[in-house]
Amino acid sequence: MQKEVFEHGLNLNRRKFLSRLSLGIGSVALGSLLIPDLFSGSPEDAIMSGLPHFAPKAKRIIYLFQNGAPSQLDLFDYKPKLQEMFGQDLPESIRMGQRLTGMTANQKKFPLAGTVFKFDQYGQSRAWISELLPHTASVVDDLCIIKTMFTEAINHDPALTFFQTGAQVGNRPSMGSWVSYGLGTENKNLPAFCVLLSKGKGNGQGVYSKLWSNGFLDSFYQGVQFSSGENPVLYLNNPDAINSTDRRNMLDKLAELNDENYKEFGDPEITAKVQQYELAYRMQTAVPEVTDLNKEPESIVKMYGPECLIPGTFAANCLLARKLSENGVRFVQLYHQGWDGHDNLPSQIKGQCMDADQASAALITDLKQRGMLDETLVIWGGEFGRTNYCQGTLTKDNYGRDHHPRCFSIWMAGGGVKPGVYGETDEFGYNIAKDPVHVHDFHATVLNLMGLDHEKLTYKHQGRRYRLTDVSGNVVKGIIA
Amino acid sequence: MKYKILFLICLAVTALTVTNSCNNSEALAEGSAMPDSVSYNFNIRPIFSDKCFKCHGPDASKREAHLRLDIADSAFAALKETKGAFALVAGKPDASELYKRVSSTDTSFMMPPPESHLSALTPFEIKLIKKWIEQGAKYEKHWAFTAPKKSAIPEVSDAKWPKNEIDFFVEDKLDQLSLKPNEEADKERLLKRVSFDLTGLPPTIKMTDKFLADNSANAYEKMVDLLLQTPQYGEKMALHWLDIARYADSYGYQDDNIRTQWPWRDWVIHAFNKNIPYDQFLTWQIAGDMLPNATKEEMLATGFFRNHKYTEEGGVIPEEYRVEYLIDKTKTYGKGIMGITIECAQCHDHKYDPFSQKDYYSMLAFFNNTKEAGFEGDVSTSKPAKTPLMTLNDSDIKRTLTFINKKDTGSLTVSVMGELDTVRKTYVLNRGRYDSPTEEVAPAAPKSILNFDTTKYPRNRLGLAMWTVDKNNPLTARVFVNQVWQEFFGRGLVKTTGDFGMQGELPTHPELLDWLAVDFMEHGWDIKRLVKQIVMSATYRQSDITSPEKLEVDGENKYLSRGPRNRLPAEFVRDMVLASSGLLVTTIGGPSVKPYQPPGLWESATSGRGVLATYKQDHGDSLYRRGMYTFIKLTVPPPVMTMFDASNRDQCEVKRSKTNTPLQALIMLNDPTVLEASRVLAQKLLMQQTQPAANITTAFRLIVCRHPTDKEIKILSDYYSDQLLKFQQKKLNAESTLAVGEYPLNQKVDTNQSAALMKVIEMIYNLEESITKT
Repeated sequence: MQKEVFEHGLNLNRRKFLSRLSLGIGSVALGSLLIPDLFSGSPEDAIMSGLPHFAPKAKRIIYLFQNGAPSQLDLFDYKPKLQEMFGQDLPESIRMGQRLTGMTANQKKFPLAGTVFKFDQYGQSRAWISELLPHTASVVDDLCIIKTMFTEAINHDPALTFFQTGAQVGNRPSMGSWVSYGLGTENKNLPAFCVLLSKGKGNGQGVYSKLWSNGFLDSFYQGVQFSSGENPVLYLNNPDAINSTDRRNMLDKLAELNDENYKEFGDPEITAKVQQYELAYRMQTAVPEVTDLNKEPESIVKMYGPECLIPGTFAANCLLARKLSENGVRFVQLYHQGWDGHDNLPSQIKGQCMDADQASAALITDLKQRGMLDETLVIWGGEFGRTNYCQGTLTKDNYGRDHHPRCFSIWMAGGGVKPGVYGETDEFGYNIAKDPVHVHDFHATVLNLMGLDHEKLTYKHQGRRYRLTDVSGNVVKGIIA
Repeated sequence: MKYKILFLICLAVTALTVTNSCNNSEALAEGSAMPDSVSYNFNIRPIFSDKCFKCHGPDASKREAHLRLDIADSAFAALKETKGAFALVAGKPDASELYKRVSSTDTSFMMPPPESHLSALTPFEIKLIKKWIEQGAKYEKHWAFTAPKKSAIPEVSDAKWPKNEIDFFVEDKLDQLSLKPNEEADKERLLKRVSFDLTGLPPTIKMTDKFLADNSANAYEKMVDLLLQTPQYGEKMALHWLDIARYADSYGYQDDNIRTQWPWRDWVIHAFNKNIPYDQFLTWQIAGDMLPNATKEEMLATGFFRNHKYTEEGGVIPEEYRVEYLIDKTKTYGKGIMGITIECAQCHDHKYDPFSQKDYYSMLAFFNNTKEAGFEGDVSTSKPAKTPLMTLNDSDIKRTLTFINKKDTGSLTVSVMGELDTVRKTYVLNRGRYDSPTEEVAPAAPKSILNFDTTKYPRNRLGLAMWTVDKNNPLTARVFVNQVWQEFFGRGLVKTTGDFGMQGELPTHPELLDWLAVDFMEHGWDIKRLVKQIVMSATYRQSDITSPEKLEVDGENKYLSRGPRNRLPAEFVRDMVLASSGLLVTTIGGPSVKPYQPPGLWESATSGRGVLATYKQDHGDSLYRRGMYTFIKLTVPPPVMTMFDASNRDQCEVKRSKTNTPLQALIMLNDPTVLEASRVLAQKLLMQQTQPAANITTAFRLIVCRHPTDKEIKILSDYYSDQLLKFQQKKLNAESTLAVGEYPLNQKVDTNQSAALMKVIEMIYNLEESITKT
């Protein structure tokens, strides 16, 4: 009863606000914009009420971030020239004195290291794909492989931060925060921006929660870390001794007490607090349902591979990403560590591909068979690429590769992306020959697919209107269907 | 959520005034009337800055049509690209190209042009510009860059309400809005408010009883004086400064190893407790090492500029990071101390404020002469402090630096500032790139704030410190007074705490801000005096009861017609829980601690290198320290803190956001810290007596800091009976309910009663009011 009275009061207030609004602005349009998500946002939702800016091609994003930087030369960017010139020095005419990391800057020679892996062409696009990625090769007709990504950073932390926030340093909001700030949530029981972490067998470089930080946006927009284990969201689980009925009982009494205070002080924050407790309660039911992977049918487990039932693996996270996406989570951000192949790259990358290949391809197939791929944008790639020359000692079947920001490959699929291969690198795989895609261009394009104009999605902070794309970036039309 | 409602109100108010601009137009959204006299600073410049200066402002490289509108001389000059036309003609809007264009709807002619993505001016803004031109289009220097002056104390409608000068200024503004201030809050709520504001802790029941029983005229003042003298005052005041100084316990960046800057943190607490004047507080932190015969304490203070992140990633280019550190120092100084966005001039001239790129690098040059390296080796050779560093031995700590809480023997190192013997040259960096030096610059501070007179100040950090605390510097005192105000009212007199420039918001009470700033300097930059002045004011002591009328006219409470009602900062939510349950260990300072944290957080996000790869939770007393001592690992800051909007300490932060999320509800419901405190308090109460209503009342008073109403007691007692029955009937498991936390279980009290009272206390902790400053 008390709760109803409480709700009634809230409704009254809502109506009152509306009637005031109607004095100045068309109340119907504004009302329909504001009221449905009265409980899900902050003022910017309304300020940004012209969103999306145009019809979106994708509704959701799943970003499979390959942390550490996979070697494009051993996976996607086939360069027979490097095998021909195996062991010869990288010509200065190609390197052009570009800066190197401290790890190879003092090397006297830069011997070219052609891949030891076999490549073949697949699908209608006849894209070259390494033998390390048989499953990826099987879905190649759904992928747009961009061979000409480039970035400005040459070390992991700044490069990763750049990819995630549009700036190498600076505590800026993450991509996922920008998207949920711009588009809000699609469901009432789950956060709009979820984060999943996994670690492969290779050389790990760490991730940081600042990567899914809201930066200067409200902390409402920060990524919420999920796992497929027993405690999928921090503090979600009631203590063992408390069941859902007890919790309900407690929350009802709590609302009653809070209402006492509201009657006396009239601070709308009090009613807001009650609503947040209600949402927390709904999350307690909704989240375990979504994160429980054990009810998945055999065919799905087979598709993703047996590891998908082991919490915290990349495969489990891919499957969980599909489920979250299916339940209306706007942005699912995965990070998979282990691609940093400075030495023993051939053996390390084999293990990494074992972890990542099958589940990545399964996600595409799974989304497709559920009819979700069209409106779900899937992104796969690291923070930069790897050098065509060897770091350390080169032998016939072993090499390492240093960081290479000047060109590398990522792929995108679904969500309005045109399948095929985009861009060309030179025959050494060192520089871009045609159609470069800068990180800002990538961000502009991703936002565009979501129906957002990257120049208009802004937030004013410290006197300036900030964007994910800072002050540049162009939509890459060639990869949009 | 709060914002959403506030926004609606704001929108509603604006709708009434027939405008639809609701962001940042302080002076315009206020009331509805066209001012009699249109002020450039308060009415026009905010429009120009937001809509025009991007292309017609200080940044020479982006200037369109050679037109510059931020300076009168250029704005009145004949237009270069339109013969015979003028942007502004005083007294004649129709002859002013500017007016013609902003009022036009022709997309090829109008300003701002559609491709700028800046929305068109509102009808109200256009009318303001018209009237301003009619009245002579008079320019004024930006308010924040002119020295503050004490204006006369205004006359007010009700002279009985004010208790000190602050109140006259506040009431004057309320008079203009036809609002009446609230009466003083009831004693219990007032004591809770001032206790959290001065110490970050709830008042004890003993204090409350004493205050309730004291009917003398200065009963409140006695409490204030008492609180100001507790050592917890220093902790409370330090917290905001730690945000500004981006204090943390690790180096940040990928491997994120441990460092020991906490002796600097202990100094900050000490400095506030000792009430070191603000000018000295700043001088030591900026240039303590350069003072004649610098003491170790003065040198330690300079740790302020060494708290930023340091990379230990193998393969970085050292100079790139050395420059990055300079950029961070410059930004921290600009935002935290000067309240300016000078960092915008790193790559180009500032687009809104009078800071050129050269000004920026001249400022950066002050920091460019330290012995710091860009890279000192990777995580395998990581040390707890980096060059230049200071070693603190036991005798230092025993004799002079007694405030450093060091328990073990052995030496302690802290990163501090230290100058090179030679002068390192500084250059303007093209587009802000470390490897693109252009013109050489000498250390200097921006002339537009206060001329850096080299006959008065040396061209080094000491000179910068002197310039900063020069009483003619228009920003230093204002910015700090505003930050302190924000700490008490939840909102600064200037809302944009870190931006007093053209794009920042205008002060709601400019005369009050200036009066306080001047008064602060006149009284020796005495921080405690300023704090006492604020909490003694009638403005601060108002009840926070609100009414539909007040919500409508001033939803955000920027005009202060009611008391401040804000959620406690993250650290004090924890402190409240620990203090009210009696678990709090009040030790001050020392190495940061690792209390309960959900498993796997550090482990799932680490490279595996360094000593912080795994979270090794502490035990015993370290589990019950104040929130400000929780270990901050930059790449994975403590989750409860960030969920309650604490700074992640990545960069200088002058103002925390205020959110209300379901994740916060989940913390209060399920965090073992809260559950353990509930258990411990329940058992503590039951040791004294078993009468439920009495125990509930005591628990309520400890947590909510007031007596419960009869109705509240009834609801809680019913819940207690209900729970007790369920425990007795084994419908709920008492043993497992009590099995939380490492604090020993008391076997002497009844298990079922313990569990039932524990549940009631959990409920009290979850009240909105419990974590709110009422």
